[in-house]
Amino acid sequence: MSTTHAPSLTIIDPLIEGKQNLTEVGSAIGDYILDQKKQPVQWWFFFAVGFVMLTVLLYAFSYLFYWGVGVWGLNVPVAWGFAIINFVWWIGIGHAGTLISAILLLLHQKWRTSINRFAETMTIFAVMCAGLFPLIHMGRPWFFYWLYPFPNVMGVWPQFRSPLVWDVFAVTTYFTVSLVFWFIGIIPDLAYLRDHAPTKLQRVIYGIFAIGWRGSAIHWRRHEKVYLMLAGLGTPLVFSVHTVVSFDFAVALVPLWHATIFPPFFVAGAIFSGFAMVIVLAIPLRRYYPRVANYITRKHLDYSAQVMFGTGMLVCFGYACEVWMAWYSHSMYERQTTWQRLFGPYGWSYWCLITCNFVIPQILWSRKMRHNDAVLMITSIFVLIGMWFERYVIVITLSREYLPSMWGRYSPTIWDWATMIGSLGLFLTLFMLFLRFLPMISMTEVRELLPKEQGGADGHSILENAP
Amino acid sequence: MSNHANTGPAVHGIMAEFDHADKMVAAAWKANEAGYTRMDCYSPYPVGEAADAMGFKKSEMGPVMFIGGLVGATAGFLMQYFLGGVQYPVNIGGKPYMSWPMFIPITFEMMVLTAALSGVFGLIAVCGLPQLYHPTFNVPQFARASGDRFFLVIEAVDSKFDLTETRRFMDGLNADSVAEVPE
Repeated sequence: MSTTHAPSLTIIDPLIEGKQNLTEVGSAIGDYILDQKKQPVQWWFFFAVGFVMLTVLLYAFSYLFYWGVGVWGLNVPVAWGFAIINFVWWIGIGHAGTLISAILLLLHQKWRTSINRFAETMTIFAVMCAGLFPLIHMGRPWFFYWLYPFPNVMGVWPQFRSPLVWDVFAVTTYFTVSLVFWFIGIIPDLAYLRDHAPTKLQRVIYGIFAIGWRGSAIHWRRHEKVYLMLAGLGTPLVFSVHTVVSFDFAVALVPLWHATIFPPFFVAGAIFSGFAMVIVLAIPLRRYYPRVANYITRKHLDYSAQVMFGTGMLVCFGYACEVWMAWYSHSMYERQTTWQRLFGPYGWSYWCLITCNFVIPQILWSRKMRHNDAVLMITSIFVLIGMWFERYVIVITLSREYLPSMWGRYSPTIWDWATMIGSLGLFLTLFMLFLRFLPMISMTEVRELLPKEQGGADGHSILENAP
Repeated sequence: MSNHANTGPAVHGIMAEFDHADKMVAAAWKANEAGYTRMDCYSPYPVGEAADAMGFKKSEMGPVMFIGGLVGATAGFLMQYFLGGVQYPVNIGGKPYMSWPMFIPITFEMMVLTAALSGVFGLIAVCGLPQLYHPTFNVPQFARASGDRFFLVIEAVDSKFDLTETRRFMDGLNADSVAEVPE
């Protein structure tokens, strides 16, 4: 609130590079959308790949809806196969977006500014992909609304003591809140697109979605307040969502599932895989959109890698705890199931997980390696694979329960794989369309982050502006 | 509407354009000191000092979201209490029907959902949006308000507003341009 400003310090390793001013921010981000600059040729490549994979999804869906879930490899005792593995994997990826947009905002982390928009978008698309799996697993997906409480002639209601019902509420809330948080943030950028669009059609479409935003100081004050409060709501929300997802497992009496470590372990794993996805998306963005690389700098990648590494080691601590608890509990079943997990018929998947999530990320101790795009990209992809294997290992536990009569095998069919590949295609296609039609970086927040002499506000903290 | 209806075509106010947020804030304070109360600042990013200078110290969104969240949490809890305990009681492992600790997760989710939705719809409603037309959009240079320019508008509804007097005042603000905003 004071009108005097402290003398600016020399900035080492800035968050924003290049010669910047308010106009440059708008054109660097907006020109790709408003056809002032062509999309890089790689955009077409990734869009084509995504679209082909999306058609695989549609084909897999058609086949599934025609024949039913029997086309998948599900069976007793592994009644939850790829559907729940992919559900948890995707929703975990989504959590990094909320972490960046909400938690880092509350923690005054200015480096969130350049990456929050595309990370939030990643969240929305990842939750959409996640939501597909329980829906199609239902067998009769057109009755999905039976999940919600509504007065019906059958006179039945959901069982509110079941974590699966909590999951419905948690994921619905998470998707809705992520969407409105994202929309509130993007309104001012849509106003920019409306005001600078060269064609009438663009002006009309962006104008409708900008809902007449004109940047009034009174509106801004309310906007900042709502944004801050949504961040405050989003922070416990993201923890609650993955906690509830872990309850889906932890409330069951299956050995190694029925553990209090599951909620924190799941949340850390979610952020681990989510940041891996942020890095996997950010590195190509930096490479193929050179002007955008001024905003998504090496420093952002370095910080993301550090968060990924930190949460990853928390997850690995969880792996150690699981094994230790099995030994310490003196429970025959816990020990036996652990032994089967490590050295049983699916032992290879456990060691894949340890390699991808524990061994390979150790390279991130080195700053030099964190600053190497290729190393970071490959490590992040391994983390994504490793976190997929983590859910695989957890779900496959069902194949070794208490009694030998509950033992069995599980193997996915080609339709499991097709649905999974297809969900990646859905994500990729949607993300490419987002890059084409919406600003991938928040212009408003980057402008604010610029130093005073470049027309910005020195990256003021939202807490100061939102009484 | 202007109370000087005989001064020509109706005006919404007078607009001054600045190239830096600090200049707009300084101008808003000057207008405040000169006794103007009905004005608005327009900027491409939030400038809290401008709202302070205009006398809009605190937004009303906090209570809106608090009440929204409270209503959602209460409704969510009562819904489960009624459906699980009265309307459709199911015996699960001999646990009590009114097992409130099991109702907390959904109560929490409902609180977050309704607080967020009341915040967003509250923001849109309180700001009077969607409003696809606004008089300020008539001024050509205002297109840059979403990009790289900052604007101060003293509105004609201000009791101290006078077309020539206010125009002279705004000419003295070192603005890059000063323009009348037609209604």
